[in-house]
Amino acid sequence: MAETTAHAAVHHAPPQGFIRKYIFSIDHKVIGIQYTTLSLVAAFIGMVLSWAMRIHLAWPNAHIPILGWLSPNGAPGGVMTPEYYLSLMTMHGTIMAFFVLTAAPMAGYGNFMLPIQVGAADMAFPRLNMASFWVTFIGFLLACATFFIPDGPPLSGWTAYAPLSAVGSVAGPGQGWGQNLWGLSIALFCVASLLGSLNFIVTTLDLRTKGMKLSRMALSTWAWFINAWVSLLAFAVLLPTCLLLVLDRLAGTSFFIPGGLVFNDQLQPHSGGSPLLFQHLFWFFGHPEVYIIILPAFGIVSHIMPTFIRKPLVGGWKVITFAEIAVGTLSFVVWGHHMFVSGMSPYMAMVFSVPTLFITIPSVIAVLVWVFSLYGANIRFDTPLLYSLGFISLFITGGIGGFFLAQPSTDSYLHATSFVVGHFHFTMGLSAIFATFAGFYYWFPKMFGRMLNEKLGKLHFWLSFIGVYCVFITMQLTGMTGAVRRYSALVDDFMVPLLPAYRFMTIAALLLGAAQLIFLYNAIWSRFKGPKAPDNPWGATTLEWDTTSPPPFDNFGGRQLIVYHGPMQYDGEKSEMQTSPAPSIAGT
Amino acid sequence: MAGKIFAVLVVLVTLATAYCVIAHVWWMPIDISLHGPKIDQQLEETMWVAGLLFIAGQIVLAAFVFLYGGAKSRTKQIPGGAKYLVIFAFAIVGLEVLGLSVVGSKAWGAVYFEAPDPNSLHIDVQAGQFAYYFRYPGPDGTFGALHPELISEANQNYFGLDIDHDADAKDDIVTAEIAIPVNKPILLTLHSKDVGHSFDVRELRVQQDFVPGLVIPIHFTATQTGRFEIVCTQLCGLGHYNMKAYLNVLSQADYEEWLKKQAAMQ
Ligand code: HEM
Ligand SMILES: [Cu+2]
Ligand SMILES: [Cu+2]
Repeated sequence: MAETTAHAAVHHAPPQGFIRKYIFSIDHKVIGIQYTTLSLVAAFIGMVLSWAMRIHLAWPNAHIPILGWLSPNGAPGGVMTPEYYLSLMTMHGTIMAFFVLTAAPMAGYGNFMLPIQVGAADMAFPRLNMASFWVTFIGFLLACATFFIPDGPPLSGWTAYAPLSAVGSVAGPGQGWGQNLWGLSIALFCVASLLGSLNFIVTTLDLRTKGMKLSRMALSTWAWFINAWVSLLAFAVLLPTCLLLVLDRLAGTSFFIPGGLVFNDQLQPHSGGSPLLFQHLFWFFGHPEVYIIILPAFGIVSHIMPTFIRKPLVGGWKVITFAEIAVGTLSFVVWGHHMFVSGMSPYMAMVFSVPTLFITIPSVIAVLVWVFSLYGANIRFDTPLLYSLGFISLFITGGIGGFFLAQPSTDSYLHATSFVVGHFHFTMGLSAIFATFAGFYYWFPKMFGRMLNEKLGKLHFWLSFIGVYCVFITMQLTGMTGAVRRYSALVDDFMVPLLPAYRFMTIAALLLGAAQLIFLYNAIWSRFKGPKAPDNPWGATTLEWDTTSPPPFDNFGGRQLIVYHGPMQYDGEKSEMQTSPAPSIAGT
Repeated sequence: MAGKIFAVLVVLVTLATAYCVIAHVWWMPIDISLHGPKIDQQLEETMWVAGLLFIAGQIVLAAFVFLYGGAKSRTKQIPGGAKYLVIFAFAIVGLEVLGLSVVGSKAWGAVYFEAPDPNSLHIDVQAGQFAYYFRYPGPDGTFGALHPELISEANQNYFGLDIDHDADAKDDIVTAEIAIPVNKPILLTLHSKDVGHSFDVRELRVQQDFVPGLVIPIHFTATQTGRFEIVCTQLCGLGHYNMKAYLNVLSQADYEEWLKKQAAMQ
């Protein structure tokens, strides 16, 4: 862990001209903003899709005129068909999991902040960085393009289980070119994530400024760094999986398609493939993926909290960081908990269940660190902190569901019910979104040089917090009845009585969505009209606050920074910048 | 102020959730299988263990946020620092998950590690987009061989039986609903002709996927008569939501009656 002084390793001249400055930029800050904006657009598309689904569930005959315009086949006269419901669901999951939750907190904020937080002038490979973004962008366009092709988007879910996803149009509508584009879109996303992870790892290892020991890194940098390793290993498996899937579809191979399949009384020409192989490959990626989504959230919250509670996290940088490393490592040996009832050997179920239960230990440690750091604090309730507190509450709620799903005996009842959907919306979905909002409210002044409106921010928080619980606690608890997920209508005898609960969730979801318009207004208005942001509006200590808002092209205006402390130099009203040579305040 | 509101909201959410769970606002249906009570018990125990952690976590969060909102010039760390937190996590949560692993594996093993009773009634199940078909071996007690190339919805040959050449297949009884005698061990073998599907009967506490290319056995014993829904829980295409069948648990006499009628209809 030698200290490096390779500060000047990345040097490129400021770009000239609009295109090199704002579009094909190699500046990590521009790329970070590009990723964040892409995620924001994707999030709104994903949210609108969820409104359409929820309206259809609650009022199956509702006319949604815009859908009729978007897809005359999928929603004739604006009334959704069952297959179009599944297509919207597939794209909702895909867009949210990949283009929002994986992209924003890691590629978005990480790109902008990581080089600054370690005191570097840019990422280690700026051109590769630009490539990552534009490959992601093309991937996103491919995903969106599925809405405009005749056959519509695929309907096999974000998990795209073979053989439904592999055999092509014989399996029904939505399994034509939409599924091919889906496979290619995700493959591109994988490529971009791999490039991005390499950049994060090399930048963290090689470009730290003088005095920036690993033990002094910002906790957000730590999380991005750990997460880059997890991403590198996980996306390296999803990439070939997507390509093999596309080969099965286009080149007549049979990686995931067994022999003897019959559609419409026609025997299919495939033989010898394994659907369970697809599930293993997908979840070998898929479980780490959920931690790829949550680890940056861990980092963001751990980074933000000390600033607003005015004290270090209990256990310093070590306990929380080791919990993150443990979670990241263990996440590679638990994937089979998604497959307890898949037909995999029941003995394997035990092999996956035990580490799944044990992964709760580092998760609990992380939660204890955040909660018990509040003890004896001097809490300032600015919006970034409110969102961090919301994150903690949601993550506790979501994690608790894990105890039920981690055991094959109880999971064999709860699997594929709305209990699972509630569980992962709390953990992966809303926890990560809340941390992303926390980061947005926290870093917006640095990224754009303007302050957000605090009153609107708080209003946005209260409505979101209440709305999220109304929707997803109901979703999770109705799952106790065995309510099946991925159904486009309530037709089973036991599901019909759930209609009032489904309507309640729909109304709450629409209100929750409306609250996001407050956020959108606040972000756009403040971007241009907000009061000018000072360099360090929150009284924070890390290097991003040690430069102008927004930072100059080379981040520190040619200054060579020297770091003397860890990031958590807080005690009540007092705080000390990492670059301040003054004696340490606290133990870290 | 914001802290107090937050604390109150968190407490309200916690109480509302606890109420829904304790009052069984949404809960499991009756349990009609021999192995089911073990699963239910495991779920209840998990509910206690995890429920207490949930309440404790949210309440402590709310309390600290409530208490430590004021501006103070000095802050302090919890006595003992992170040491006790880590010990708590390893000792209490560690014991908890160890306990759940051990007890839970018994509940699982009691169902899935046991061989089916040799006297089980063996029924074959074929799933396809978007229906289930069931097959009884008929008087000879043997199933006819399956020939996927012969599968034809048009000819109502859902399993791909070669009735003309295969004596075993000739007397197989194929039905669209499944009936079983109560208190009789049942062995199902699951086949799928096209994509993944699932066999889920909530009251039996049985959920098992069909995987095309594999034959997957499951076994259970139903302890109550009645009519129960079988629903598909594995996304299988546009008709997924509507893919279902019924399980009729009958007295032995009624069952034999029913099977005779079905045989006559072949
Ligand atoms: C705290 C410990 C956790 C445990 C023990 C746990 C356990 C599980 C299990 C066993 C399942 C499979 C359930 C089923 O499909 O029947 C599951 C599903 C899921 N979990 Fe967790 N989980 C935990 C935390 C998390 C976290 C932190 C995230 C995300 C950041 C997450 C995201 C998901 C997702 C996305 C799914 C479902 C994916 C799908 O089927 O579409 N979980 N969890
Ligand atoms: Cu998982
Ligand atoms: Cu289905």
